[in-house]
Amino acid sequence: MPDLMIIEPGRRERHYWSDLWRYRELFRVLAWRDLSVRYKQTVIGVLWALIRPVLTVLVFTIIFGRIAQLPTDGTAPYALMVFAGMLPWTFFSNGLSEASNSVINSGSLITKVYFPRLIVPTATVVVAFVDFLINFCMLLLLMVWYQFMPDWRILVLPAFILLAFCASIGPGLWMTALNVKYRDFRYIIPFIVQFGLYVSPVGFSSSVVPEQWRLLYSLNPMVGVIDGFRWCILGGQSELYPAGLAISVGVIGFFLWFGIHRFRKMEKSFADLI
Amino acid sequence: MSDPIITVENLSKRYLVGHSSGEGGSDRYTALRDVLAREARNFARKAVDVFRGRQVVEGDEIEEFWALKNVSFEVKRGEIVGIIGRNGAGKSTLLKILSRITEPTDGRVLLRGRVASLLEVGTGFHPELTGRENIFLNGAILGMTQREIRKKFDEIVAFAEVERFLDTPVKRYSSGMYVRLAFSIAAHLEPEILIVDEVLAVGDVNFQKKSLGKMHTVAAEENRTVLFVSHNLPAVQSMCDRAILLDSGAIVTQGAPRSVVKRYLAQAQSSSNGERVWSRDTAPGNENVTLMAVRVFSSESEPSGTLDSDQDVYVELDFIAKGEIHNLCVGFDLTNSEGVTLVRTYQTDLAPERWLPVQSGWNRWRCKIPKGLLNHGDFLVSPRIGIFNVAWIVYEDAVLQFRVNLRHGVSPLWHALSEANHPGLIAPILDWSESQFASQIRSGSLVANSMTVGPNYDGRSKKVNCGRSS
Repeated sequence: MPDLMIIEPGRRERHYWSDLWRYRELFRVLAWRDLSVRYKQTVIGVLWALIRPVLTVLVFTIIFGRIAQLPTDGTAPYALMVFAGMLPWTFFSNGLSEASNSVINSGSLITKVYFPRLIVPTATVVVAFVDFLINFCMLLLLMVWYQFMPDWRILVLPAFILLAFCASIGPGLWMTALNVKYRDFRYIIPFIVQFGLYVSPVGFSSSVVPEQWRLLYSLNPMVGVIDGFRWCILGGQSELYPAGLAISVGVIGFFLWFGIHRFRKMEKSFADLI
Repeated sequence: MSDPIITVENLSKRYLVGHSSGEGGSDRYTALRDVLAREARNFARKAVDVFRGRQVVEGDEIEEFWALKNVSFEVKRGEIVGIIGRNGAGKSTLLKILSRITEPTDGRVLLRGRVASLLEVGTGFHPELTGRENIFLNGAILGMTQREIRKKFDEIVAFAEVERFLDTPVKRYSSGMYVRLAFSIAAHLEPEILIVDEVLAVGDVNFQKKSLGKMHTVAAEENRTVLFVSHNLPAVQSMCDRAILLDSGAIVTQGAPRSVVKRYLAQAQSSSNGERVWSRDTAPGNENVTLMAVRVFSSESEPSGTLDSDQDVYVELDFIAKGEIHNLCVGFDLTNSEGVTLVRTYQTDLAPERWLPVQSGWNRWRCKIPKGLLNHGDFLVSPRIGIFNVAWIVYEDAVLQFRVNLRHGVSPLWHALSEANHPGLIAPILDWSESQFASQIRSGSLVANSMTVGPNYDGRSKKVNCGRSS
């Protein structure tokens, strides 16, 4: 017998991860589809990826840096500090909102073909990652403009990019699953993203948070990620807060586990619900 | 080789369906406080469900619904098996389980070979992408590796006849090109087991023929197993080695396609008093159009299951439409008891200025089948409502049966013939006359073993040899 396949209740669980590996090609193709649709015939696609964060950085620099006179990290230019925080935040928020709508958007696929459903939201995060890379180039230009030289710490950046990826995919998966069940849930997501922008240290340095609150503040997983980005990009100008980082990593880890767990629980019924 | 390639054992699938007790005919209005109280109750229940990860169901009362119940069958290698049954009989659920889209509640399936399922033509096609890109995308979705696709790329393109449009976004394709490309990709899959659903109901007749032909040769040449669900009863009879009839989630009968189709049609003919009426809950359709009733009668009389051929037969369709719907085609298939379709007719067959306007609310349209057309026998009405080239809304088989007695004969010899000596699906009295050249042949001025077809448009005569000498 070449290949024997058995279908019975609960069977899918057992081969989950090997199945996911077998469908890696589909993952690649779906990510490529999302990318080419997004950047096809739209020069605006690239521009759009740039305009939003750049404008936000501009506004934050004026409001927090000039008007509110908040301190920057060390001697780094305020705009650069904001941009270093904006980078992971944009990645996180785009990844989260696109992942959470992905399964519903590909409803016709889900009800007609079998594949591990985890592929769909994960593939959309790839698009957010490409936006991230475009923004990163923008940051490099800005650093040249300010004649700001990063040091060896920038080599650690990939680790924090991975952390940002985990931070967005964990809650993203959970929300994807909720979104399938409660169609009105998607109205909540923009609110979460909007709200998150202000409670995360994007427009200001997390050093302005009073010392006794910093540990609690680090429960926001993006605090660790953003601090890490600043530490890598701004060189010695930004200090790392190890206890806070550990907490953020812990929270991210928990959400990653929780998101995958919830997603797997609910994905069996996706085809019945869509 | 005679081992079963598919074994299905006691397969069951349960769905939970929610009902709202507040809805229904008795409540004329709903009070806000009732809604709030109900919502609060529901919210609490849902919150618990979310927390525990259970399936969440709308409504107050949850009802179990078994889409499949203890279904068992086997399919041998190389067999073509057709699955037929009414809408809602569990056919689609069965295919969904076999293609792993949804999990069964109970029972199990053994598949001994590589499976490809084709529940839709062109799944995952993206309108913005070009034909070339969509071949790779759709191929990957159907389970082909990129290497396989690259190897077969030229074949796929040639079969679909879209060479010139490879780098055009498929949103600019005509619907024919779109379907050809989509089917071509699917046709180049190389599974040992092919699961097909209704795809043959899409596309034009040529495409249907092409796809049927392809399926047939593929199964025969490569000893491939095909399992397919179809409403196309003649196709099931001509292609399948075996048919399975499902009703209410259980197998009613299986065996030779001809007898299974007969059984299906006999079962579908539950209504033979000339009328079939649905309640609002059970009416076929979608949220915009629902079919409420189908009836047949002759010359304005009461609906009746037995009609005479010397009177006009009216087929009447009642449906409810919401809002304005463009290109709504309302019609029916008229088939005989073997499942052979005599005619498919829509109101949109008429010239556009004579199309009936779809009114918001109740519509009652009728179609006249002129007297003296139908032969004696049993006929079935299968309502078909759809949006042109977009989607089917109602596709119900054989909801109504009526019998026609041959009464329109005008000749004593016609009347003397028994029914068995009146073959044919239709029995119009056709016109007969003598050729205008008959007298010339008789007088010898024309050669008798060649026949003149008559003057054609440019005035010259065309001779056609009808002798055996050729």
